[in-house]
Amino acid sequence: MDNKRLDNKKVVETTKAAEREYGVGHKLIGKNYETADLYAKVTGSAKYAEDFRADGMLFCKLLLSPMPHARVKHIDAKAALAMPGVKAILTADDLPAPADTLTDNGTVIKASKWGERGLTMEPVYQGEPILAVAAVDELTAAEAIEKIQIDFEPLPFVVDPLDTLRPGGPNPRTDGNVWTRPPATASQGPGTPAITELKWTESDFAELKKGRLPMGKTPDEWTYGDLDSGFKNAALVLDETFITPDTSHQTLETRSAMAYWRNGKVYIYTGTQSTAQTLPAIARWLNIDPEKVVFISEYTGGGFGSKITGGVTMIIPALLAKKTNAPVMMRISREEETFIGRARPGFQGRMKVGFSKEGRITALDMFVVCDNGPYDAVGDSPSSGRIVSLLYQPQAMRWRGVTVLTNTPPRSAQSSPGGLQGIVIIEPIIAKAARRLGLDQVGIRRINCPEGKAELGPAIQGKRQYATSSFLKEALDRGAEQFKWAERVARTPKRIGTTVRGVGVSLSCYVGGTIGFDGLLVIKPDGRITFQSGIGNLGTESVIDVHRVGAEVLGVPWEKCDVTWGNTAKNLPFTCVSGGSQTTHAMTRAAYATAMDAKKKLQEIAAKKLGGKPEQYEVANERVFRKGGGAGMTLAQAAKHAIELGGIYDGHEAADDLHKLTKASVAAFAGQGLVGAAKDNYPRDGNTYSYVASFAEVEVDIETGKYYIVDFLASADVGTVIHPRALGGQVLGRSTLGIGHAIGQKWVFDPRYGEMLSKRFYHSKPPTILDVPVDMQWSALDIPDPETPVGARGVGEPPVGGGCASVLNALSDALGDEIFQRAPVNADTILTSLEAGRPMQHPLMAHI
Amino acid sequence: MAVIRDVMAAFELFQPTSITDAQKLLEQHGTDAWVLAGGLDSFDWLKDRIKKPKAVVDLSGIEELRGVRSYGDHGADGIEIGAMTTLTEVVNHPVIKEKYGLLGQAAELVASPQIRNQGTIGGNVSQDTRCWYYRSGWPCYRAGGNICYADTPEGRNREHAILHADRCVAVNPSDSAPALITLDAKFIVRTRRGERIVDAEDYFVGPEIDITRLHILQPGDLLTAIRIPSTWAGAQFYFEKVRDRNVWDFPLLNVASAMVISGGSIERIRIAVNGAAARPLRLKAVEDAVRGKPRDPATGEMAGRVAVQGAVPLQFNAYKIPLMRNLVKRAVSGVEEAKWSS
Repeated sequence: MDNKRLDNKKVVETTKAAEREYGVGHKLIGKNYETADLYAKVTGSAKYAEDFRADGMLFCKLLLSPMPHARVKHIDAKAALAMPGVKAILTADDLPAPADTLTDNGTVIKASKWGERGLTMEPVYQGEPILAVAAVDELTAAEAIEKIQIDFEPLPFVVDPLDTLRPGGPNPRTDGNVWTRPPATASQGPGTPAITELKWTESDFAELKKGRLPMGKTPDEWTYGDLDSGFKNAALVLDETFITPDTSHQTLETRSAMAYWRNGKVYIYTGTQSTAQTLPAIARWLNIDPEKVVFISEYTGGGFGSKITGGVTMIIPALLAKKTNAPVMMRISREEETFIGRARPGFQGRMKVGFSKEGRITALDMFVVCDNGPYDAVGDSPSSGRIVSLLYQPQAMRWRGVTVLTNTPPRSAQSSPGGLQGIVIIEPIIAKAARRLGLDQVGIRRINCPEGKAELGPAIQGKRQYATSSFLKEALDRGAEQFKWAERVARTPKRIGTTVRGVGVSLSCYVGGTIGFDGLLVIKPDGRITFQSGIGNLGTESVIDVHRVGAEVLGVPWEKCDVTWGNTAKNLPFTCVSGGSQTTHAMTRAAYATAMDAKKKLQEIAAKKLGGKPEQYEVANERVFRKGGGAGMTLAQAAKHAIELGGIYDGHEAADDLHKLTKASVAAFAGQGLVGAAKDNYPRDGNTYSYVASFAEVEVDIETGKYYIVDFLASADVGTVIHPRALGGQVLGRSTLGIGHAIGQKWVFDPRYGEMLSKRFYHSKPPTILDVPVDMQWSALDIPDPETPVGARGVGEPPVGGGCASVLNALSDALGDEIFQRAPVNADTILTSLEAGRPMQHPLMAHI
Repeated sequence: MAVIRDVMAAFELFQPTSITDAQKLLEQHGTDAWVLAGGLDSFDWLKDRIKKPKAVVDLSGIEELRGVRSYGDHGADGIEIGAMTTLTEVVNHPVIKEKYGLLGQAAELVASPQIRNQGTIGGNVSQDTRCWYYRSGWPCYRAGGNICYADTPEGRNREHAILHADRCVAVNPSDSAPALITLDAKFIVRTRRGERIVDAEDYFVGPEIDITRLHILQPGDLLTAIRIPSTWAGAQFYFEKVRDRNVWDFPLLNVASAMVISGGSIERIRIAVNGAAARPLRLKAVEDAVRGKPRDPATGEMAGRVAVQGAVPLQFNAYKIPLMRNLVKRAVSGVEEAKWSS
């Protein structure tokens, strides 16, 4: 039975993605190619942090807190330090003072007193590192840790956000339980977030008895439009409570790190999403000058938001290396990664939504409780409101949110932070509304879908923000056609034997790009071009892909291009962080600007050498030559001339508007060829978002509660396609990440002891390749975004929410609306609810 | 003293090449010894430093423990599977496929292909429970303490027992065990006093007999082989495992049955489930209730009801009752294959 289902036999033939041709009119943009790192990755020769070795290298291990909240009263490490082979111990007392941050515009952000520092004397979650021991090998370090005696004073703790909001509920931190941000002032800008205490009332909690989320006071709130009349005029009003899961990032590469000091500089090796931008983070954590840091990150085994600038724990081997005067490797085990490796915050959410009889959302009242974990405030709660307002364009909307601290492992952004949670809370309500109103599921989404420069969020100084563009309606229509939506909906019977089929569709979107970063390339005297990439090699291929734009602009075949990445000593430009799906947008802009700078320099050199005006020359086919024929020179010759000319042409001078990091890298190439370096100064009207319409079909066995996703398709509006194969990998890979939230990934805690039970990799149930259809499909519109020169937007996060919600909607299509009010949905949820005829899982209990 | 997990402690490794040598080593090291088969259960314990044996006796070099062979005077009485035979070898063996497909089906649903390549049939039936309190080193009954953390008002027990709980509510996670019970397999155990042959269902013990182990092996004992008699060769088999993920997951519940149908009636039947209690359960009451009855939906429904009599749910595992009822129903009366074609 089970095995046979795994064959995943196709039912409805979908259009193959491969049938589409991307990059029409381009030589490189929109074309598949082999990335330079491919062979290293598939043959295993690629070096991840753990693969590096250095002479005399020591190993360190961590001692983790056994308690969810406690104060360390005393550490006795005498017996450990006396062991042969044990070299040093590092405690929180050895950490540098937290550094303030100096932003690029000169503002100083004071270090937070509540921030995470890597080691602590007041652990605020079970599994938090308290100290580290360096020894000649890991076995010795582990044995030394077992000899350490720590006296703890247990402190109050809480693992369910609602428990701390109750009157008299325990606080997770001594200063309180919620993150609040004082209102912005004209002179000082937004206030610094602070931990304060918030308790709701007993009458607020009366709602809980009715299975609905209590809605007490929240620190954050915004509104636009007339909510009351929106509800009054609605043909249908639904008020639903829904819980989304906490999910570990579970990157296959844990956050292992190796470090040593040489000539006063620290060399750190670890996986990161963002090579150039991790360097200042390390400098801040170690409280040293960025010039004293060399950061190496050639390959990264997954990030998904958990390694945007690596993790603070990487300073542990760096500080132990200083203490022992030897290189130190810290290999993070899978169990340690579960505790320190970050996770998406779960939401306890409630939404009241009014619909016109045509299905248009007339009013939306959204309320979310975000389980933040014990440290820095995550942005999921405000982000969820903005994404919902953009994606469904409610005529009036109020958003209220509270970011609650708990004694559970630290959270961070995870692909579509807040976006997934918002989409997963609203989508089942829209599906239910369509059933109640007798509307088609695609139709109700079409009528609410953003279009063009769609607005989002509240009015700021009288004006709402808006998107650069949205072609989601086209993506939805194309997706529905490719998925043969109408055919599937009309198909009968819906049930054969004990199995029931259901189809689901979801809208999805997320932030898709930033602006204002730098690029750097060098045309060498041999005619080859080197692109300097400050992007992390995080698995998306953007580290290489974006430079195809530069090669296309300069008319150079890809075989004559080299890309340098993965080491800050190799002179990289100022680059965006690879988080928030910024990279493809931000760095194709920078790559375009940089290539245009090189092109201008080539034209100027040609005019200087061959006469005429620069604009009379064009650049193509590895040459710069007079338009319409005549004199010209090869790029190799131009590079030699650039070196003769010096100044701005060969990197002896740099444009004023470049970032200081880029200027230093330009200077390092002085005299080596024609140096192209530019900041992306292109205008942009609106904020950049990317969009996906997701479709899923499920088959549920109502006797076992087991279900299979039999088909899936994601139709993307992500601007110009740069690299189809990488794009498809992102669209389907991130859809799968979202699907994990629907089909089983979660955390389980014992609330009495505050300990995580689902700490083994297999307990947390990330989706496997056999949990998704063999033949998942994707396609992209390939319509350029009008507000960026290349037209490309980011893609990593936009598919995630839709991956989850389309599966949930397919389940309720198959089983009805009385099965689940939380994700994930598994056999237990389905069977007990089918037996009882109503949702049977506790509506609000966290981490079950 | 502080606790550190996920780093294997040092031990002395012995790699004997015969059963006799392995037994000698086990005798020599007594309770300090640990028997290592495929390692999939063992290494979790060893890496977590919860079990710290001084000596590990690795059975992988003992050729006589590997492979599938026929046994009996005439060479046709049944098959004998060496305890160190991998699950992949069990799945692929032609005689198992032909005559004892039930075992092949069960073995193929264990964990993942990688784990089946390494995991052994002996290890699969002898593995410890996966209760997440016990496996995390909580000092519960099973670990020698005097509390069950899973069976408290706040305990998280979605995957725990609905039947035969006695202080401890852990379950046996083996997929092959119920198939072997159904096939009336005999387990060959080498003890200090010689060889013992036990019925598959008697190999397993619940907490009322021994709360610290799931099987009868005492220190120094070795499971050397599993014999499957020809009694049920070629019978009508049913195996189903329900798990959260489609691969690399333990069963929430599984069911195995073997039947001989004659004239539309159930002439002979054996049926067992796992994931419901601390030991795989042979459902004798179900067997007795359906024997001689027509193999039809009504009999199936009745079988399901009989199977779950006495089941007691914990806070988070009530779903296991309808699940077990339905799985037993299917194992008796079958399930219509859903032919979705358009």
